[in-house]
Amino acid sequence: MNELSPTVFLIAAAVKVLAVFTALMVAIMYATWAERRLSAFIQDRLGPNRVGPFGLLQPIADGLKNIIKEETSPATASRFFFVLGPMLSIMPALVTFAVIPFAAPLPTPWGTVDMIVADLPVGVLYILAISSLGVYGIFLGGWSSNNKYALLGGLRASAQMVSYEVGLGLSLIPVMMLAGNVTLTRMVADQQLGLWYILPLSLGFLLFLISAFAETNRLPFDMPEAESELVTGYHTEYSSMKFSMFFIAEYAHVITASALMATLFLGGWDIPFWTGDNFIPYEGGLISGFTAAGDPIPAQLSIWTTLLTLGAFMLKTTFFVVLYIWVRWTLPRFRYDQVMHLGWKVMLPTALAYVMLVGATILVLDQLGVTGGPGFALALTAVSLVATGMFALYLDRGRIITGAAPAGRAARAAPAAHP
Amino acid sequence: MELILFYVFAVTVVGGGIGVVASRNPVASLMFMVVSLASVAGIYVLLEAHFLAAIQVMVYAGAIMVLFLFVIMLLNLGHDYRDDLVRGLYAVCAFVVSGAICGILATRFGGAESSALYESFPGAAAMDLELAERGAVSLIARPLFQEYVVPFEITGILLLVAVVGAVALAKKRV
Repeated sequence: MNELSPTVFLIAAAVKVLAVFTALMVAIMYATWAERRLSAFIQDRLGPNRVGPFGLLQPIADGLKNIIKEETSPATASRFFFVLGPMLSIMPALVTFAVIPFAAPLPTPWGTVDMIVADLPVGVLYILAISSLGVYGIFLGGWSSNNKYALLGGLRASAQMVSYEVGLGLSLIPVMMLAGNVTLTRMVADQQLGLWYILPLSLGFLLFLISAFAETNRLPFDMPEAESELVTGYHTEYSSMKFSMFFIAEYAHVITASALMATLFLGGWDIPFWTGDNFIPYEGGLISGFTAAGDPIPAQLSIWTTLLTLGAFMLKTTFFVVLYIWVRWTLPRFRYDQVMHLGWKVMLPTALAYVMLVGATILVLDQLGVTGGPGFALALTAVSLVATGMFALYLDRGRIITGAAPAGRAARAAPAAHP
Repeated sequence: MELILFYVFAVTVVGGGIGVVASRNPVASLMFMVVSLASVAGIYVLLEAHFLAAIQVMVYAGAIMVLFLFVIMLLNLGHDYRDDLVRGLYAVCAFVVSGAICGILATRFGGAESSALYESFPGAAAMDLELAERGAVSLIARPLFQEYVVPFEITGILLLVAVVGAVALAKKRV
């Protein structure tokens, strides 16, 4: 791995910041388009299809419309915080993307450029820290509007985000234990050598998915907006571009959460069943794996592997974005007390118990002399699958999984009308 | 460069602190406090204490200040605190005591001693290596769970007792 000179490093960092920011904004634009089109298909409509081919220019038209619309500001609002609210909510959503590695390192004539904006030593903790600041934007927006619905929306948002941050953080602990590190680059490298974490840590993935939905305030957790109860919640009083900034923040959150799930549980930019894209930092160099004798194989960097891995990363992220949209237009909203119940009485104890379970399993395997390799991964996968099954049965409360089978107690008590 | 950044963060820490006491609006005070706490995290980063910086933002700026937010929103909103302000002898006493604490801290920890302390620390190179190899968390985790595991666990029990006590008190009121 050739080190970059400080000047090249600065230039590369500036280029990466610009490129990632631009790509993220374009992705947000098309996430809104995808949301409107997919929701239309789910509801048997067509959705926006008039501006440009397939309606692809619709986000640009929306943006123009939002900029030139008249902006109203409530007379009794506190001006400074009213303006600060949308800014504070968009900022954390955009900067969290900085620590997510999005492709294999790129070889250039001046050295190897890591395809990550900032490879911080705290990695995941940085994401948790910054996203915990996101609540201030929503809260200030709701509070400064001087509107009871907005205030209630802001209060709900803060309560919900604080509650689910606990579940989010705890569901990440098994991932850190397995990777032995908190930086996302090392987690990707570890998944390239072994299994993707979604298999050995399936319950962790499920808990993270649920918490991520709650953290981004998306349906079924969109309590802060809940238009049938609170008009539109914290952004009731906002119009034109400020309103749209709250939406940009929401989609930025969705994309960052999707990218994070892809990185933590689906191997990041790893292409499955191919060792040509394995670039694992090992003793100061990059290797693609080990020979049977245990010798490291030096990695072959090329621009094509970088592009291919970038494509894999984008595909995985898109999968989760589509999942977000799909869930939003499929599930109804929770009641507020149900959200709190799920957060504190279901997610928190489950996440704690799962941390203990994974820790104990790793310890037992260590004592048995299994510290890696297929046996280790398979044992963890089996334990996690059992835990996930039990969690699903508990959440189900005999409604869907067992309810679908005809041999329940109700079926025995009342014989079917049609034999 | 680091010196410039340090002064930027130092100004925002002190400015945020002044803002907390000077602003009339409780929500403005709270936001100033968030600025101050987040800037302390910036100074931690300059000291290469990355883990501490992340925890500072996560726990203080993120979680604890949101709880303050709840208290401000749900209790006494719009109440004027002018009657609670201390004047005269109390203000002079407070000024003298806080000035004395400031002076003691400055004479005890000020100057270039701290960086020399880091250089003379035998494990400085080993720490840098560990930071590169295993990230910022293991640097803290190793001493915490090996040498200081008993005080760590006792702190945990202490916090648990506090949580149980808070829940018991809250139950009585409701």
